[in-house]
Amino acid sequence: MTDHPETSPRRQPEDELDQQLAALWRVESARVIARLTRQVGDLDTAEELAQDAFVAAVQKWREDGVPDNPAAWLSTTARYLAVDRIRRRDTQRGKYHLVAASQPQAQEYDLDKIVDGDLADDLLGLIFMACHPILSPDARSALTLKLVCGLSTDDVARAFLTPASTIAQRIVRAKRTLAAAKVRFELPSESERPARLDAVREVIYLVFNEGYTATSGDQWMRGDLCAEALRLGRMLAALTPSDTETLGLLSLIELQASRLRARTGPNGEPVLLLDQDRTRWDRLLIHRGLANIDRIERLGGTVGPYALQAAIAACHARATLAEDTDWERITALYDGLVRISPSPVVELNRGVATAQAFGPEAGLEIVLPLFDVAGMQDYHLLSAVAGDMLCRSGAHEQARQHFLRAAELTQNGVERTTMQSRAAQCAAMHPTSP
Amino acid sequence: MRYMVMHYQTQDMEDGIRPSAEQQAAIGEYMQEAAMSGVLLAGEGVASSSQGARVEVNNGKVRVIDGPFAEAKELIAGFAILEVDSLAEAVEHARKFALLVGSERVDVRRVVEFEDLQQETQ
Repeated sequence: MTDHPETSPRRQPEDELDQQLAALWRVESARVIARLTRQVGDLDTAEELAQDAFVAAVQKWREDGVPDNPAAWLSTTARYLAVDRIRRRDTQRGKYHLVAASQPQAQEYDLDKIVDGDLADDLLGLIFMACHPILSPDARSALTLKLVCGLSTDDVARAFLTPASTIAQRIVRAKRTLAAAKVRFELPSESERPARLDAVREVIYLVFNEGYTATSGDQWMRGDLCAEALRLGRMLAALTPSDTETLGLLSLIELQASRLRARTGPNGEPVLLLDQDRTRWDRLLIHRGLANIDRIERLGGTVGPYALQAAIAACHARATLAEDTDWERITALYDGLVRISPSPVVELNRGVATAQAFGPEAGLEIVLPLFDVAGMQDYHLLSAVAGDMLCRSGAHEQARQHFLRAAELTQNGVERTTMQSRAAQCAAMHPTSP
Repeated sequence: MRYMVMHYQTQDMEDGIRPSAEQQAAIGEYMQEAAMSGVLLAGEGVASSSQGARVEVNNGKVRVIDGPFAEAKELIAGFAILEVDSLAEAVEHARKFALLVGSERVDVRRVVEFEDLQQETQ
């Protein structure tokens, strides 16, 4: 999509045609590549043929104008290119002549069967291939953003704050890994499917978090990654409409994204969940997130970690005022979450919810043992949370020490100032401390 | 950015003639198609204007008029809200809808968002 060899505009101004082609690539490329991948078997050839179809479109449309149905034109052209490639491949192998001599009809028939199939299956097959578990999560996300979202290598590089050459290399290597492992286009069997879907969801959540946490870099571009993850999540949910974990993931990221606008103050400083102006939350995304929670409940069955996290996010979304938050329900959901996917960070969150629901002493019973977990002593949020609970339970001197420790550990300047001032407040409440 | 894609009624719709099985299938196909693109946030269709009303305010005087309304082609038949990158992308989706469902006219309008209200310019 980067090379446009023709330069003489005819019916349509050049930049207008470029814009339309860019939009068409964004809308159609995943379908075209998915279908081509099923036809020719590998991603590299499929991507090359898809680009050929678009190059053909540029040349033709610049002469004759854009057809009424450009998507159909592109898909017909891609189909033609695929058939041509398969024939030539067969010819090279010497097979075509043999088959053509004996059973010309059968050859035609088989080709048609290969060429036309269910688009939803094609898209799902492409997603499974790009998110194949033999690839690292980084490689999976780069490949998926390029082939499924239709982003250019430069777009992907900019979003990940990584040089374009690194991303290009990562994509080439990922395709090579797939080819070497003889991974072909296929829909995983029923027994493989849950694990393969997990690998896809992992990529979507990784892309979303990359955008959502935004620990560094340009805000606008990071927000773009959230948008891509949402697009992917919606695609996957449309393709696997009765998978409760996929619905859970989509609900979770839509509910989290509903707060994007409220998460930063006028000077770019982070605003915590309980301090956010909730009128800024995106009602349409909240509505969608809650609707998917209802769908999960209607579908029944066991609830996975994404669906549980979505249910927790839903408790916040339902509270018009921070003080209306149903902390008892959140605590119960966290109790369930630590059981099915235990981690010290989930345990810390469970502690926070418990303190909100049942008081700081109940929270401290969960949080203080975490200081004995390897790697957690240096986690600034653990000290910050412990400090807050100790302060509320009246243990001001202990609280002060935890706030100072948190100030020491954090990488973020604003957070450090907050922790230092909270330590100073504790000292004022407990005048005997030095 | 979000776009609202609106399609307009035909005289048949306004006359309460139910869409044919093919038309219904086409609409279903489009909804699945848009959902698979990952861009569809919401969408609804509306019944004929005989089941609706209009509120008109003239110099502070309010008049409520019951449907049906004469000018069928000026009446909205349904809308979809799409999350896309650009007007050009929204137009390609609207084109697909119009061709598949057989609409004579589809309007594509950008949804005003919070950020627009904060900026004085544009």
